[in-house]
Amino acid sequence: MKKKIIGWIFVFSTAAATLLIVSAIGFMLFEIIRGGWGKISWEFLTGAPAEGMTAGGIFPAIIGTVLLVLIMSVAAVPIGTITAIYLSEYANRNSIFTKLIRFAVNTLAGVPAIVFGLFGLGFFVQFVGGGIDKFISGDAQLHWGQPNILWASLTMALLTLPVVIVSVEESLRAVPRDLREGSLALGATKFQTIIKVVLPNAYTGILTGAILAVGRGAGEVAPILFTGVAYFLPHLPSSLSDQFMQLGYHLYVMSTQSTDVEATIGIQYATALVLLALTFLLNFSAVFLRYRLRAKAI
Amino acid sequence: MTTETKIVTKNLNLHYGEKHALKNISLDIPVNRVTALIGPSGCGKSTFLRSLNRMNDLIDNAKIDGSVLIDGTDIYHNGIDVVELRKKVGMIFQKSNPFPKSIYDNVAYGPRINGIHDKKILDEIVEQSLQRSALLDEVKDDLKKSGLALSGGQQQRLCIARALAVNPDVLLMDEPASALDPIATAKIEELIYELKENYTIVIVTHNMQQAARVSDYTAFFYIGSLIEYDETKKIFTTPKEKQTEDYITGRFG
Amino acid sequence: MILNRTQTNGISTDRNTRSSAHHYTASKIAGGNINLKKRFRIGEFIAENIIKGVSFISFAVIVLIFIFVFREAAPIFSPAKQTSTTNTELVQETYGEESSTANETVTEQKNKSVESSGSEGEATAQNLLGKEWQPVSENPKYGLLPLIVGSFKVTFIAVLIGAPIAILAALYTSFFAPRKLREFLKPAIEFLSGFPSVVIGFFALVTLASLFQNLFGYQYRLNAFVGGIALSLAAIPIIYSVTEDALSAVPKFMTEASLALGATKWQTALFVVLPAATPGVFAALLLGVGRAFGETMIVLMATGNATLMSMNFFEPIRTMSATIGAEMAEVVFGDTHYNVLFFIGSILFIFTFILNAVAEFYVRNKLQKKFQGTA
Ligand SMILES: Nc1ncnc2c1ncn2[C@@H]1O[C@H](COP(=O)(O)OP(=O)(O)OP(=O)(O)O)[C@@H](O)[C@H]1O
Ligand SMILES: [Mg+2]
Repeated sequence: MKKKIIGWIFVFSTAAATLLIVSAIGFMLFEIIRGGWGKISWEFLTGAPAEGMTAGGIFPAIIGTVLLVLIMSVAAVPIGTITAIYLSEYANRNSIFTKLIRFAVNTLAGVPAIVFGLFGLGFFVQFVGGGIDKFISGDAQLHWGQPNILWASLTMALLTLPVVIVSVEESLRAVPRDLREGSLALGATKFQTIIKVVLPNAYTGILTGAILAVGRGAGEVAPILFTGVAYFLPHLPSSLSDQFMQLGYHLYVMSTQSTDVEATIGIQYATALVLLALTFLLNFSAVFLRYRLRAKAI
Repeated sequence: MTTETKIVTKNLNLHYGEKHALKNISLDIPVNRVTALIGPSGCGKSTFLRSLNRMNDLIDNAKIDGSVLIDGTDIYHNGIDVVELRKKVGMIFQKSNPFPKSIYDNVAYGPRINGIHDKKILDEIVEQSLQRSALLDEVKDDLKKSGLALSGGQQQRLCIARALAVNPDVLLMDEPASALDPIATAKIEELIYELKENYTIVIVTHNMQQAARVSDYTAFFYIGSLIEYDETKKIFTTPKEKQTEDYITGRFG
Repeated sequence: MILNRTQTNGISTDRNTRSSAHHYTASKIAGGNINLKKRFRIGEFIAENIIKGVSFISFAVIVLIFIFVFREAAPIFSPAKQTSTTNTELVQETYGEESSTANETVTEQKNKSVESSGSEGEATAQNLLGKEWQPVSENPKYGLLPLIVGSFKVTFIAVLIGAPIAILAALYTSFFAPRKLREFLKPAIEFLSGFPSVVIGFFALVTLASLFQNLFGYQYRLNAFVGGIALSLAAIPIIYSVTEDALSAVPKFMTEASLALGATKWQTALFVVLPAATPGVFAALLLGVGRAFGETMIVLMATGNATLMSMNFFEPIRTMSATIGAEMAEVVFGDTHYNVLFFIGSILFIFTFILNAVAEFYVRNKLQKKFQGTA
């Protein structure tokens, strides 16, 4: 009898915990949609902030976010894909080199976002950017040695690199061994096999990895805080050495440093909603692709 | 054996880690004949077959010693190019594995990786290979169709065509018909019979009748060892070893 | 053409005289229709080395992070730190410190011509171990203690709340949930990890903070508790996901054996499967701690950011990560404050690095030993 009660309590508490998480998610979604829905309009999505950021839209922040993730992908997707190819196709599981790479990828996945920000500042902005300036203009003026969208994107690329690697490697491993052997048995070299057989069968996985990385990159703020994001810019970035606005940072600034909360709370909610919608859209499509990939593999 | 020899293995030993999968196999495989490998499951037939085109190299923990000579050349010598070897020694797998490409691209795969891109030449190779694998009549109107859209038996013949397009001397077949229905199986067997005119064929099979029907020589493997090797009709009529007799008469535990 | 083959029967009777291997000659090879001699494939060679080189980037980045984050932190340990005279406007935000209805305000401390000279402004070891963090003042103090305490406090709250919930939910998902529901639950909860942390922080700031204040009636709207709850939303999906994986990695035969002995489902879950998955659960906890400890935006937005040191969970705190996030953009490159912020970053990095390494090591070794025998 007593045992039965314990069992009942246990099962109940597991269900309750699950319900709690699901309702927290639901509540958060509901709140943000409720607060932001009314504010979303064409003008809001395509207009620039106005009247000291208490009115207007978030267009520059949307564009800045999109540019950020695009440049980021250009760096992260090829590097991540090639690393995944190494790990899945070339790596000898027991070699020290492989263990090192694997360890690095796992470690990279656990480095706090803010540390990436510090690294971006110390390495990209100061060391690389400053170095370029010194080389070009001899110490005189700062051009590349300042935060900009390039350095922010590259910093973000490092953060999303493990996301790409893990996802692509999974899809490469899902390519049946049969196909590889079939190709090799015909006298194809390893690289020919990878290019002609393995990669064409893994492209959904590569796409999934890219989308997941973009979704992650679109939502992170800490890495770009001091590598390129700007509080307010009257114009869109026009070159890689420009600063940019970004949705997450916009939300952060508006919600913590706005002096007129009454006026901006709607903008805040709507910004959060747009950011959330963007990352969800990306994550959903990645999940969908991955689901199809897995269904195909079975 | 009076015919000339294509492949010679000498004291071939293979270990998967601790497991001794092939024990001192010495075997002469004659040219332009069909040699069948039979034996109970797990006795090392596939392992032996895969050591003839060095597919076992792909398995991390496989260690091999002894030698395999093809046309007198030791293929395990470290001056040997494995990629070239595999062009010379083709392989057909138990589970047909066409690439998810069109029929044409499947067959043209080998020539293309060899640098043949001339459309005319490719067309010719594809046609001849499909002809030789007895598939041409069934697919000639629809070469753009995916290889995966074919029936099981057709897929297997597509794989054979794909292997022939590389112009090998030797064809290794690992239970090529085990997943097929009797009609498709008969087609494959017929094909093997025709192919042996030009190719040295080594085939693994679980099917005694099949071995008896298609092969000229038969090797019986048991737990990694070669028990008996002789002309097929001798193996099936007057086996020298008791184990062989037990196996082919189905009296095997 | 290609099928126009000449069946040269390469080898003949002399094969018996060949002592197997090392007797082949070039002419022999040339006798076959394909030259088997090893050839150097330049494309293959280049491709392989490029692939190898590119994959080395991940490792190089880790090393570079070590070097560059530490490099910028290093000057605080050099005794002969030069006196710097800076002419800047320094801004420090402290919002949420005020009472309930007063919302976040920005206090600006304009210090024209900050002169840090002599030992006062230096980040000596003693200074770093101090209890006051006042980097922007006439006499800057770089005491990290309140920040460290703040980080641990909010992480503790987040894991204390998040871990049991996540583990229980993982148990529910893998044992008690009906099949259909399970297929919905796992993606749904992992979906939480897709929430940008700035959105979670925003939610905590505008909704949770007021909600909990009304509920519990404490003084400060933004505090460690609110931050911890928000942070648990970030930690839960990781802990849940890794735990769930560990639970489903427990071999079926263990579950079945237990059930066959007459144990009920919950007894099996609690006394057989959960213990068997302990290493995985432990790793999940470590990863959750790492996630919470390193998180910046949520704590920056929801904890109030006051450098108070107390045991009260309902007072504002400031974490190490939030300090970097809030102050780095405002410092002068190369001055002590800047270096100290990098030093804080180094601590964060090392701490999470160790956590991840232990988690990975622990799981890989223990789990494998457990389920794959000790062979
Ligand atoms: N990659 C491997 N690692 C370890 N052991 C292996 C590996 N491949 C095969 N083996 C073992 O080597 C032995 C021979 O395997 P092989 O596949 O050659 O048998 P087979 O005669 O082809 O069997 P079947 O008729 O079932 O195909 C078996 O005991 C098998 O378990
Ligand atoms: Mg086999």
